Amino acid sequence: MNTSVILVNVLGAALIAWIVWYFWLYRKEGVQVAEVAGVQEVPITVKGGYDPDVIVVKQGKPVRLLFNRQESSMCSEMVVFDKIDKSAKLPEGETVAIEFTPAEAGEIPFQCQMGMLRGKVVVR
Amino acid sequence: MNRTMERDTKTAATVLDPVCGMEIDPASAAATRVRGGVTYYFCSQQCAEQFDGAQPEGAPSKKDSQRQPAPVLVQSATTGYNPALRDSVYVELSLIGLSCSSCSTTVERVLLAVPGVSAAHVNYTLGKAHVTYDPTQTDVGAMIEAIKRAGYNVGADEMHIRITPSLHCASCVGFIEDALRQVAGVTEATVNPGTDTVQVRYVVGQVDFPAIKQAIESTGYQAARPLAQKDEPADDESAAHEREYKHLMRKFWFAAIIGVPVMLVAYPELPWFYLPNLFMPTVPESLVWWLFVLSGVATLPVMFYSGRQFFTGAWAAFKHHAADMNTLIALGTSAAWIYSTVAIFFPALFPEGTATPFYDVTAVVTALVVLGQALEVRAKGQTSQAIRKLMGLQAKTARVLRAGQEVEIPVEEVLVGDVVLVRPGDKIPVDGEIIEGRSAVDESMVTGESLPVDKAPGDAVIGATVNTTGAFKFQATKVGKDTALAQIVKLVQDAMGSKAPIARLVDVVSGYFVPTVMIIAILTFLAWFNFGPSPALAYAVVTAVTVLIIACPCAVGMAVPLSLVAGVGKGAEHGVLIRNGEALQTASQLKVIVLDKTGTITKGKPELTDTVPAPGIDAATLLRLAGSADRPSEHPLAQAIVDGARSSGLELVEPSDFEAVPGHGVETIVEGRQVWVGNRKLMQRHKIDVSAIEGDVERLQGEGKTAMYVAIDGKAAGVVAVADTIKEDSVEAIRVMQGMGLEVVMLTGDNERTAQAIARQVGIDRVLAEVLPEDKAQEVHMLKQGGRKVGMVGDGINDAPALVEANVGFAIGTGTDVAIEAADITLMSGSLKGVAYAIEVSRATMGNARQGLFGAFIYNSIGVPIAAGVLFPFFGLLLSPLIAGAAMAASSITVVTNANRLRFFKARSFAQTTGNG
Repeated sequence: MNTSVILVNVLGAALIAWIVWYFWLYRKEGVQVAEVAGVQEVPITVKGGYDPDVIVVKQGKPVRLLFNRQESSMCSEMVVFDKIDKSAKLPEGETVAIEFTPAEAGEIPFQCQMGMLRGKVVVR
Repeated sequence: MNRTMERDTKTAATVLDPVCGMEIDPASAAATRVRGGVTYYFCSQQCAEQFDGAQPEGAPSKKDSQRQPAPVLVQSATTGYNPALRDSVYVELSLIGLSCSSCSTTVERVLLAVPGVSAAHVNYTLGKAHVTYDPTQTDVGAMIEAIKRAGYNVGADEMHIRITPSLHCASCVGFIEDALRQVAGVTEATVNPGTDTVQVRYVVGQVDFPAIKQAIESTGYQAARPLAQKDEPADDESAAHEREYKHLMRKFWFAAIIGVPVMLVAYPELPWFYLPNLFMPTVPESLVWWLFVLSGVATLPVMFYSGRQFFTGAWAAFKHHAADMNTLIALGTSAAWIYSTVAIFFPALFPEGTATPFYDVTAVVTALVVLGQALEVRAKGQTSQAIRKLMGLQAKTARVLRAGQEVEIPVEEVLVGDVVLVRPGDKIPVDGEIIEGRSAVDESMVTGESLPVDKAPGDAVIGATVNTTGAFKFQATKVGKDTALAQIVKLVQDAMGSKAPIARLVDVVSGYFVPTVMIIAILTFLAWFNFGPSPALAYAVVTAVTVLIIACPCAVGMAVPLSLVAGVGKGAEHGVLIRNGEALQTASQLKVIVLDKTGTITKGKPELTDTVPAPGIDAATLLRLAGSADRPSEHPLAQAIVDGARSSGLELVEPSDFEAVPGHGVETIVEGRQVWVGNRKLMQRHKIDVSAIEGDVERLQGEGKTAMYVAIDGKAAGVVAVADTIKEDSVEAIRVMQGMGLEVVMLTGDNERTAQAIARQVGIDRVLAEVLPEDKAQEVHMLKQGGRKVGMVGDGINDAPALVEANVGFAIGTGTDVAIEAADITLMSGSLKGVAYAIEVSRATMGNARQGLFGAFIYNSIGVPIAAGVLFPFFGLLLSPLIAGAAMAASSITVVTNANRLRFFKARSFAQTTGNG
């Protein structure tokens, strides 16, 4: 076995390790939401993902998420909040609001209809 | 316009903040106010203060309770208000120049300073001012002035109107524009002579179409109704799909036109497939090399034009630590390109024989996947056809009475309270109540009920249904987004966007899918590199690329949502509104169906069924006297006798000396004869011998009917019986349900005997009788034991707790009350066949979703290993990346097409109606 073969194998293994870390193990810091007029409002850009995708809000205060989809890809056409039974169609370029008041602490995940794009609201 | 589609969760009771209209939980409201005995809840202290400011505590406000909800109920000017019906008016003004949220407060302040304005709220995000004012004191013009003085501007809405005949002089353009600008409230008018249309910008709420029409007509032209408004989501959506399709097709042709020649110069080792061999028998090495270089250059625009979305999508996902189909395709095509380029320029880097370029993979795979996406977009558009069909039902114009004149106006301008005229064959424009005239209305498009329904004054009519032969006038009760049709559309859209529980499993899988495929690709590469035959590196690259390309996460993720959209749409076509994916999935698993008796199996209203005269009296006389005697009574049983007598063509007279004896019956004098109608106690009270008719009474009671004794001049004259009769199609619907393997149970508060009688007639074996209303939920709970899924069918109001307790609650609606809170499934028609249909359609949908899902899983779990080359050691079989690209495109199209099959679903429950007539 020569060095280049070993090198390729090591690189391959490293790449696998990196994929596992980058896509599965990496945990992001959430975006803390500021309160405007008693409402925790945050704009979210939808383009290949939700930006920001982790939103930290306070319990018991109304939350307004303003989604703006900036792509025509069908995947992100819909945003679904399964846990609180809300969903909205996101027409390209328009701002669509999702409003709710989180009653208890925990996580409220949201995603596109196919589950490829994900985000969550962390209630504290 | 805010197009949020939200749904209340059925358990949490939320209220609306009367100031900003936000939905909040009363328990967590930031502030509350009590006015006129009504408690209002606010999302924030600020809203509460504004409420205080708008309506000072001490101010006399007799209309508080009416005025308060106005900003919430009436969302826009087009939703409609009628000044004649309400003394404060609500408008929505779009604001321009709001640059900060504190500006909202300024605008609110100046608006509230206008005399006559009672409430003003500015929504900064949407740039709208919501104003409630007294039209006798101020008008929109004054408010606009105030806003302008404060340094902001008021936006306008737009209307597009087609002008006929065709415009042919430039000066006409000026005339029309000038005429329009003179209309109060019009801010801008632009005529486009090329399309013969005029675009009018106007202040919302101040201008109506007739005024604009009049202005155009004053110039000698005719104005057609406004063209499709820009905020018609259905049109928007299909237009967007069409644009997307065309765009993708352009990309496909570009990739295909380059891809084919690239493929034809990619395999010099296959002489019959190598293009230059057509011109020369032996191709010099240098030409082969140059053709490769040319291919490499030509493939670049394919990657960056046709395949652009793969790279942008992959990058966007990557930034979010996510990976999707784009990632796989981008990796696959670019890996092929980079390998090829290195191979032709630095062949020395590779072991002998492995330096073969394959640019064709990049071009052809891009072409195929883009084609797949285009076809998918097209097919997806068909899946949601049902909802477009629903939206297309909306009438475009309405004939209303305005100032005593009959005018035709666009349906958007009909106000609540307007009197609408409907001619034979007309489409009914909005929801309302008939005030004059009679007709039969075909409501099949909304309720699924196939026979036209008779309508008389006082009856409700539903917008979008079609009048048959009669003419009538009705008063509009609901317009715009409050109509039954608009609510159905919203409910269906919401349901289509929801998730079936089965899809949650899929979500977990899709989160791991793409990175797993990438890891498999690397492992494949290493396996071939280490253990593969020579040229190992070439094999390693090709197999890794094939693995990346063949995997199809889209097919996995789309299967369930697409079937759901098709299934929910199919239900809506037959007046069955399924609330969400969970309701649909649970409905498909039901084993037991509990039917409430009154109003569900039966009509819920007693009707006269039998008239049995005693010897010596004829039936008509008996019924005429009994009917006349009962005429003043308000008791439902008495009314049933009166109605029955009338409908058999008998002329009833007003009784003299009428006395209702509570718990007994009535004692009257009719045409000079003493007539007593009532129960046995009434007969005993007058010591009347009833032995002659006792047998009939017992027989009728055995049939579940309520029998009433009639005595004339102190002698038993006969028996009249009333009963709650069974709906025409209940028997058939129950038979269909039993045929589907469901256990049908009847639940009623009625006595055992009546219940059994009805059950026998409809063919139900299991009866739960004498159940108190508050115990119904408990009974449903008992039936659920043993893990069987139980569906409960009821009227949605009295049966609400039982509907919630059941796994699936079906509410039998009556036309307009669409969104019945407690129900998982609402049946627009009163027919039980809707229940059978709902279960059938949900079973078909879930079956379809499983097929799609199973197909996609099988495809991936077979396709990926084959692409990796597991069959190579045994059969020498290796997949070309080109085949992988085609397979991947085909698999996602297959899933979409499979979901589309649901559109042709035929249910037994409705097929039988047509079969039996």
